[in-house]
Amino acid sequence: MATEIRADADRSLAQGALSRLEQLGRRVAAAVSGLGFGAALFIESAFWLVMGRRRRQPVRVAAVAEEMMQVGVRAIPIVTVLSATIGVMLAIQGIYTLGLFGAESRVTIGIALSITREFAPLITGILVAGRSGSALAARLGTMNISQEIDALRVMGINPVRFLVAPSLLAMLVMLPALTFWSDLIALAGAGVYVSFELGISMAAYADQLIEVVSADDIVHGLSKSVIFAALIALVGVVNGAAVSGGAEGVGRATTRAVVQAITAIVITDMLFVFVMTRTAT
Amino acid sequence: MSGQAGGASARTVIEVEHLTTHYGPRRILDDVSLSVREGEVFVIMGGSGSGKSTLLRYLLALERPTSGRVRLFGVDLHSARAAEIMQLRKRMGVAFQGGALLSSMSVGENVMLPLREHTDLDRRTMQIMARLKLEVVDLAGFEHLMPAELSGGMVKRAALARAVVMDPKLLFCDEPSAGLDPVVAAALDALILKLRNALGMTVVVVTHELDSAFNIADRIVVLDRGTILTIGTVDEVRRCADVRVQNLLNRRLETADLDPEAYLQRLTRDTSH
Repeated sequence: MATEIRADADRSLAQGALSRLEQLGRRVAAAVSGLGFGAALFIESAFWLVMGRRRRQPVRVAAVAEEMMQVGVRAIPIVTVLSATIGVMLAIQGIYTLGLFGAESRVTIGIALSITREFAPLITGILVAGRSGSALAARLGTMNISQEIDALRVMGINPVRFLVAPSLLAMLVMLPALTFWSDLIALAGAGVYVSFELGISMAAYADQLIEVVSADDIVHGLSKSVIFAALIALVGVVNGAAVSGGAEGVGRATTRAVVQAITAIVITDMLFVFVMTRTAT
Repeated sequence: MSGQAGGASARTVIEVEHLTTHYGPRRILDDVSLSVREGEVFVIMGGSGSGKSTLLRYLLALERPTSGRVRLFGVDLHSARAAEIMQLRKRMGVAFQGGALLSSMSVGENVMLPLREHTDLDRRTMQIMARLKLEVVDLAGFEHLMPAELSGGMVKRAALARAVVMDPKLLFCDEPSAGLDPVVAAALDALILKLRNALGMTVVVVTHELDSAFNIADRIVVLDRGTILTIGTVDEVRRCADVRVQNLLNRRLETADLDPEAYLQRLTRDTSH
């Protein structure tokens, strides 16, 4: 009797370990298949953008324009406010920190490089992930559970061409554009504070900027924003497409899309900076 | 009521042979075989969990069969290339259960969508064709409304208009009368028959509503737990001796299989891990 119970206990322990292992395996498999799905979506979208017209199934310009409006133009006010604030904040911190060494006059280079290389692309990316990545996941998730995606497919309309390609293209164009706008506004915001605090004119500040900022710094930031754009769009689509379980599922997918997109942005940023600064020196 | 059963020709539009499908480890359809003839109204009937929605997904080529064959217009879906499936889809229309109108577009744009994507017609012509179909489903003048502004019955009628805008040879309707009051449901049944007669389509209807099924069907297949209980004309199904069919027709609860051993196991099974 006792040995039977012991054997039962052993068996259930082993089963518990196995099922946990199985769960881990399933999660890893799901993550890998999510990555693969994202890559496949990217390739398929690129295919439709390039080949669609020749196949008489073009990606609609109107759909792309609508997305650009949504992702880019309507984000201008909030990007402006945040960028100006970040510029002023960097100026305050920069002047304070350099003041410890009595080197306030060198603050411009610090501000300029942090904004163009790091803050503008990062802040804009995070903002757009929260605004548009989540919206994309929610929209596709809702379409998924209301069978709108199925309806597109049975009408012979490829959902990737119809829904994903316009969003991806709009994101790829508008995020760098917004980032460039953010560069300008943040630098201007910092300039206002610096000229006020250190008593130099805006023209002198602008001269300093032109001296210290190279095209490379701007391009560094903009290149990152292109990668962020692809990440935000694909993470949104992958999460939206995986929605099951009704309205609650849409909510979960939306949250997951934002969290994953921001995580992906920050990690990619670090890797990008690591690689680029290594190869530059 | 059902009309032209005898008028249906012998050509088959859909052939399903030994279709078996799984969802994860669970078997949904088990060795399903049937054929749908040109011009008939074929009803797939069954309760919840009978596998009728799954069967529909395979007929719509939304899933590729792994075991068994599904042929539409003679094209085997298992081996068909994407371009072939695309061609098939231009010949069929689908009205989904919830309508599945794109919520970002007006009713008119929804109905025009297949034309816009698949034809080179100018906008004016497309508009006229869409309005023609909206007239047929009695929704003339509603094309500027958004789907969210329509009632349940109107959404289903708009979905029907979109499904037939390309004049398909094959029309699928998923639960056309579900969630509607009896009068509107009956009107929708009549509309499906009207469309079939006017456009000469083959119609496949998935439903769990008995009245609706008997009203419109030429032939009915009754599914239960993934297997076919019976296929036949309305009268044949009514006369079918199978106790499970009779239970379904008479809305009787099924007597559960009482295996005390299995019952005890279900209750005591440990699912904590």
